[in-house]
Amino acid sequence: MTVAVPTSLSDALAAIAQNPAAQIIQGGTDLMVEINFNRRKPTDVIALRRVLELREWSIAKDGSTITIGAGLPYAQMEDDEIARLVPALAQAARTVGSPQIRAAGSIGGNLGTCSPAGDALPVLSALDAIVHLRSSTGARNISVHEFMVGVKRNARAPDEIIVSVTLPIVTGWQGYAKVGVRNAMVISIASCCLAVDRTNSAIRIALGAVGPTIIRCRATEAWLTSQLDLSSVNTVSTNLLKEFGDRVAQEAKPIDDHRSTAVYRRHAVSTLAKRLLTRANTP
Amino acid sequence: MKNTVSTNTVSINTVSTSTVSTDTITGTRREVRRDILGAPALRPDGADKVQGKFAFSSDIWAEHMLWGATLRSPHPYARIVSIDLSAAFDIDGVEAIITAVDVPGKKTYGLISSDQPVFASDFVRYVGEPVACVAADHPETCRRALAAINVIYEVLTPLTDPERALLPETPKIHPDGNMLRYQKIICGDQTIQGEIIVENTYELGMQDQAFLGLEAAMAFPDSGGAGVDLVIATQWIHEDQKQIAACLDLPVDKVRVTLGGVGGAFGAREDISLQVHCCLLALKTSRPIKMQYSREESFYGHVHRHPAKIWIRHHATNEGIIQRIESKMVFDGGAYASTSAAVLINGITHIQGPYKCESATVHGFAVRTNNPPCGAMRGFGVVQACFAHESQMDKLAVACGLSPVEIRLRNAMRTGDKLITGQVIESVAPVERCIRETDAIPMPVPLARDANPLELVGGSGLTSLPQNIVRGVGWGVSIKNLMYSEKFDDYATARCQLHDGIVNLKFATAEVGQGFVVLAPQIARSVLGVDEVILDPVDTRIGSAGSTSASRQTWMSGGAVDGACRLVREQLFEHVGKIHNIDPLRLVIEDTDIVDMIGDFRISVIDASTGAHFDQTFEHHHRPTEELDENGQGNCHVAFAFVAHRAVVDVDVELGLVKVIQIATAQDVGRVLNPIAAIGQVEGGIAQGLGLAVMEEIVLDNGKIRNPSFTDYLLPTTLDMPDVIAVLIEEPEPQAPLGAKGIGEPPCISVTPAIAAAIRNATGRDLPRVPIRPQDICL
Amino acid sequence: MTPNTEVYQLNVNGKKCEVRDAWIGESLLYVLRERLGLPGAKGACEQGECGSCTVIMDDQAVCSCLVMAATAIDTEISTVEGLSVDGKLTDVQDAFVNEGAVQCGFCTPGLVVAVHNLLDTSPTPTDIEIKEAISGNICRCTGYGRIFEAVRSAAATRQETNK
Repeated sequence: MTVAVPTSLSDALAAIAQNPAAQIIQGGTDLMVEINFNRRKPTDVIALRRVLELREWSIAKDGSTITIGAGLPYAQMEDDEIARLVPALAQAARTVGSPQIRAAGSIGGNLGTCSPAGDALPVLSALDAIVHLRSSTGARNISVHEFMVGVKRNARAPDEIIVSVTLPIVTGWQGYAKVGVRNAMVISIASCCLAVDRTNSAIRIALGAVGPTIIRCRATEAWLTSQLDLSSVNTVSTNLLKEFGDRVAQEAKPIDDHRSTAVYRRHAVSTLAKRLLTRANTP
Repeated sequence: MKNTVSTNTVSINTVSTSTVSTDTITGTRREVRRDILGAPALRPDGADKVQGKFAFSSDIWAEHMLWGATLRSPHPYARIVSIDLSAAFDIDGVEAIITAVDVPGKKTYGLISSDQPVFASDFVRYVGEPVACVAADHPETCRRALAAINVIYEVLTPLTDPERALLPETPKIHPDGNMLRYQKIICGDQTIQGEIIVENTYELGMQDQAFLGLEAAMAFPDSGGAGVDLVIATQWIHEDQKQIAACLDLPVDKVRVTLGGVGGAFGAREDISLQVHCCLLALKTSRPIKMQYSREESFYGHVHRHPAKIWIRHHATNEGIIQRIESKMVFDGGAYASTSAAVLINGITHIQGPYKCESATVHGFAVRTNNPPCGAMRGFGVVQACFAHESQMDKLAVACGLSPVEIRLRNAMRTGDKLITGQVIESVAPVERCIRETDAIPMPVPLARDANPLELVGGSGLTSLPQNIVRGVGWGVSIKNLMYSEKFDDYATARCQLHDGIVNLKFATAEVGQGFVVLAPQIARSVLGVDEVILDPVDTRIGSAGSTSASRQTWMSGGAVDGACRLVREQLFEHVGKIHNIDPLRLVIEDTDIVDMIGDFRISVIDASTGAHFDQTFEHHHRPTEELDENGQGNCHVAFAFVAHRAVVDVDVELGLVKVIQIATAQDVGRVLNPIAAIGQVEGGIAQGLGLAVMEEIVLDNGKIRNPSFTDYLLPTTLDMPDVIAVLIEEPEPQAPLGAKGIGEPPCISVTPAIAAAIRNATGRDLPRVPIRPQDICL
Repeated sequence: MTPNTEVYQLNVNGKKCEVRDAWIGESLLYVLRERLGLPGAKGACEQGECGSCTVIMDDQAVCSCLVMAATAIDTEISTVEGLSVDGKLTDVQDAFVNEGAVQCGFCTPGLVVAVHNLLDTSPTPTDIEIKEAISGNICRCTGYGRIFEAVRSAAATRQETNK
């Protein structure tokens, strides 16, 4: 039984190269629950909490993208600058768990666990984030869509560490909204991220907690692009809004579980999408 | 370095309190006060609790201790074919494994009927039923040992539908049968048909007490196994003692129970959980045993609030005057009896609510199923009845064209009115005043268009904007019995010693957070004129105090402390009278002095008691009650308290999400003995009633709990809790020793229907079930 | 550096504490309570949903049940036991007692730690900021009313003292 607490990314990569079976722990908010609930018994652990490179964030020189370290705690994503450049991410970060959880949890953890209810994931999906993976032998940059394989399954190889994600800085309204049965500290039973890209006259919609993994509503996006001039704020007609909601609902693949029902989730995610579209077009 | 909070002795959390020159902030004024009855006295355990020094039962540690853990049934109903312990015994660090064959005494326990096995031996009847226990050197060793125990089950078809349990053809799942209790109430004219008739079927889900301090205990065996000390978080140490001793086959005095620090209770600690297991392991290993449930295990390890289905029909005049109630109430008791029989009686005898009604036909059933056992929770059967009768009152109001307030005022009961059981309300019954004072509380300001998102439904989820939100208002009023009913003599004992101006109080009253530790010294100070009061450890070295439940300890243990202090005061006056040659009848306590009412003699209590020692024990009994007869008639309850709630809610109608904005309440408390403690009970009860209204439910699937965690069993957070504006109505209760009624339960009872009514008001939906889920509102 | 779990060191309340022969899966909460004699932090949910186990780690309030103890080396950990420097109650502790914010007291140590963290970073919180800051701390007894009063009172006292 070993616990490695490397202080640099290269040490962390060396540790995992040596023992690809080791369990990686970032903030602990998922893994420790599994251990406490007697569902997982790790033998070797590599803790990334002291790898400061993973807690950095930066803006590309040309200002076109922002790169966020996989270990940056959610609490720090409420930072004014991040909130200005990627408001949907800051909004999603604010809804994660409690202040204590936001001090520990991070995008790396959300991606590593890959739960469809992970609050940051719809934002990464809507913004077509690139996930940066590193191993001792190389680096891979893959689209978040390829990274999220299924329910709690992802494309990380055993010897890889999720290092960061890169998001485009887009001109246009973006937002995140979530439904839970409590007014704070609640797991989402439906969530939605909507981002307008004025420059490219595009719109992106991603849904959380209504399918095995995050759902990107590409059909609805394409349809809406044909209906609205996305280069400016529009008046969205009631009929258009309704059809938009119906199309989003069709793309959702929710299930019944102890948290909610499939019917409600479909309704809720469609309602959230309509509200976000309305907000996006409120001058 | 090891945990030093406790030692091998079992005296923990002894409390010394003194109020000499205590400063308190009252508004902006600082004043010196004495913490007598009526003062905002502070908790004597508060300083320890805020510093993390207070020893909860889970904080106890002992040299050479072992950890205990429980193997539980994964099936709702199954026959045990075999249990193989050999692989578990082979694990390093495992010291003992016990099953039903290791229970030396009675194989079953139970509060009312002894029908629950210490360990299942032939059948398991609910998911989570204990099958075996292990003792080992580390919690992780325990978990591995439990995993290594091989139990072969023959899985049977469970009975999980309470309606099916009522059918005679349904196979019995327990030798005692599937009917835990049936009782009817037949009173008045059974033929009345009202000009107005409203009816509906209401349902309540299973609520969990969800105390924060998980079940925990430490057992210390006597050398040679002749006896055992148990330090435990419980509600009634003497009942535990009695049940444990029977199962261990030990004389009662060889099982010494001490109250460990209790992290909340709310009814869930009345039944035996780990008590017998922990003692058995200690006796088996001759070592101290620490047991502590996880949150998941806690959901399986204690009883819950009964889910109920209530059909009810009201007959009334066109003016809205209730003439007759018909009702059928079915409570799901789960696999074992616990207190189901008493919960049922509370349910049916409170179905009329705080309203006059002369005729009734009520059939109540508490049934056995393979669901988790249900028993006591704050409100005890009345929560279920109240949701039904208050929902009906609003239907009646609509049918008669009256406001929710007016329909309730027209029917409000008063002292002297007769209940449907034939019992006359002798208690102070300010129902009308509760309603009027609640109604007089200002409504909250309307939702601002630019409100902070955190104040809106959905909070930081940015779910709703002000234009998505509709505000609603609803009412609930309730009646609640106090103390135990149906001939039960739940007396309380207290001992008071006075020497050198210092009082020692001894009682077995479980402090579970409610604040008896602050009240008892207040009583002693008021009666005896002392300042310093020492509370001895709560253990079985004195007579029973009864359970900390049924809103009873202020009345019962308060009465016992008051009685013991009064006896000591008589002795003190005699002592002073003899020395100073004054008729003791002329002496009274004034502040901290003994004074002669007629002459000018005066002596401080400290001086008068220096060198002397007075020692008195007193038992307080409430007046006797009766059992119900075949037709549900009889003076079965001791006394009653009343409360009104008005709820204001914001509802996102399209998404079915709710945020409660304000609860206004006026509660009949008799007398306020401690305003800080009283408001704490009111606000805390409201939070639990709010939980039942909109979020708290144990979700079952074929008898298995789907959400045994705080991620999925949702409790109200700070952002769910509304402003509470409370009026405490003081009309001293003549029957009550201190003039005060119990105040613990009423706050959580009618707030649930008030919130439900407010949501109906906002949405126009019928909403006959709580908790109200989003899909109930918007789909 | 690769410490195995035979022995590791934690910095708790300014002291170095050695942990020996621990199981790898032990949470910081377990180690504080069962190995280091610091039972002030309480366990009530084991999954970060109640806040009873809140401690400060490197100036952040975190749930100690979600920290793998063996990975917490080289961090500064403060628990409720370490708040008071001279044995007297802190302003926050004093306010909790005086305002009636304590009933059963099981949530109290976690709340007291969380409120200290709040007031250290945001000395004049608004009501809604107070509510959000302690929204991860569940209390089952009080309905939070007296807790809000205690936080307001502690903030006011601190303002007064710092004038």
